[in-house]
Amino acid sequence: MAPRVVVIGAGPAGVRAAQACVEAGLRPTVIDEGRRDGGQIYRRQPEGFSRSYDTLYGTEAERAASLHTGFDALKRSIDYLPETLVWNISANAVHTVSGTRYGTLPFDALIVCSGATDRLMPVKGWHQAGTYSLGGAQVALKSQGCAIGSRIVMMGSGPLLYLVSAQYVKAGAQIAAVLDTSTFMQRIAALPRLLAIPAALKKGIALTRVLSKAGVPVYRGVQPIEIKGSPQTGVSGVEVALAGGKRIEFACDAVALGYHLRPETQLADLAGCRFIFDDAAQQWLAQIDSDGRSSVKGVYLAGDGARVRGADAAERSGRLAALAALQDHGVQAAGIGDMQRLRDELARFSRFAAGLREAFPWPAQFAAALPDETIVCRCEAITAGELRRVVRETGAQEANRAKAFSRVGMGRCQGRYCGHAGAEVIAAAACVPLASVGRLRGQAPVKPLPVALTEEAAQ
Amino acid sequence: MNQRFVRLAETGRKTFPITVDGVVREAAEGDTLMVALLTNGTTLRDSEFGDGRRAGFCLMGACQDCWVWTAQGERVRACSTPAAPGMSIVTSLAEAGEGVWPRV
Repeated sequence: MAPRVVVIGAGPAGVRAAQACVEAGLRPTVIDEGRRDGGQIYRRQPEGFSRSYDTLYGTEAERAASLHTGFDALKRSIDYLPETLVWNISANAVHTVSGTRYGTLPFDALIVCSGATDRLMPVKGWHQAGTYSLGGAQVALKSQGCAIGSRIVMMGSGPLLYLVSAQYVKAGAQIAAVLDTSTFMQRIAALPRLLAIPAALKKGIALTRVLSKAGVPVYRGVQPIEIKGSPQTGVSGVEVALAGGKRIEFACDAVALGYHLRPETQLADLAGCRFIFDDAAQQWLAQIDSDGRSSVKGVYLAGDGARVRGADAAERSGRLAALAALQDHGVQAAGIGDMQRLRDELARFSRFAAGLREAFPWPAQFAAALPDETIVCRCEAITAGELRRVVRETGAQEANRAKAFSRVGMGRCQGRYCGHAGAEVIAAAACVPLASVGRLRGQAPVKPLPVALTEEAAQ
Repeated sequence: MNQRFVRLAETGRKTFPITVDGVVREAAEGDTLMVALLTNGTTLRDSEFGDGRRAGFCLMGACQDCWVWTAQGERVRACSTPAAPGMSIVTSLAEAGEGVWPRV
């Protein structure tokens, strides 16, 4: 009997995974939270919107079009469940909810392509209305044709900082400043690795040119001090220390903030996958082999949800993970001959990704310097001082124990936006290495569910 | 300032009325509820923890910072819910009268 394949996510990795299964004669189920396919990076605008692919996706227009048409062509050969959340995974079954209807879907092979969200370091005042993640700022523009404000500061580090800034400039938004915490020297040091994908490096340099041509001030090596504003009306400015130490404030009514990306790992966690601490990324990642096999038989991980390597790599890792699943289940697929080429290409993307981490490092050192009154957990307005008090008074030095006492990580985002920084605050307060703080355990449901649910008729 | 988001493109869409805190406002076809609310005002909701007004954060259904209430008392996530004609939305905790989260 043909194996039942379930793919979670319809971004670049999920679409290419589903395609590989269909090519091999299978009918996979594709479950996606979005209303339309494309994931975040190739997010499709609502029906009836008229901007061209060039306007929406710039240099990536062809890739986006190829992914969208590729998925459209698959629709008759797959079972597609849009606007559906996988909220839990038990032994060989995923549990879904769509609207108020829940369902259970058994699988032989599960390919998790859960994508990534922005990696955040708090700054004093970031809970105020008008602070958004860089990814969120991009969604506003791409999917809704809106800027997040009338005068915007882009702050943080990573490729998204420059991509979103350039997209905003092209769309006619006013950028007050781009404030990068990484330094020019870090970028030079990263060059040898960034040269692993020369085309991507070239695109990155082109983005900085868009900004300089538009006269947008770009500062590197900054330290964020405070997002100013008021509880009722929100953001009014951003104060930073420039590389030389001079303090400067930029007036604005919105801030986009982010430090590269973090994989969405909750589903891999609920599936029981083993996690390892990645020293280079300074984060916990699910263990995978070169093809995307996790430590759990039948569970495969691909795309930025497994390793943040970008959309082009996600297409390849999605296809590779699906081919591995087909191979493991004894399905004859012509594509299996592609596996070595895909592995080789992914190795180059891994090298490039390492270069990006070097060029735009996670600013771990800022966590220890956060003033006590800085809110770390936006969900429940819990401060760095409270988290430090818990470490000091209860001796909690492990992420889940400190969470139990402080509630940092227990709010509705389930630690997505405070988890990394919270662990850094704990490590600094307890004077222990970050790895020993551990990671917040994934909890089902991975997102809030409606209270009134109806069971889906058996399929 | 009476709006947070600024429309830069797709401005020729048909519009329809929705009600926000009892006042009739205009939304455009294809708007998420979040965009309809933040092109008509600067914030979305009260933080339940006493630190002021919030206006969402991630726009991709991950942070849960954009939940608002319908006049019927149902909670909806504004970034992933399309605005629809006739919707009536409440953005203030006192008006929503919901007591499930602790108040400071």
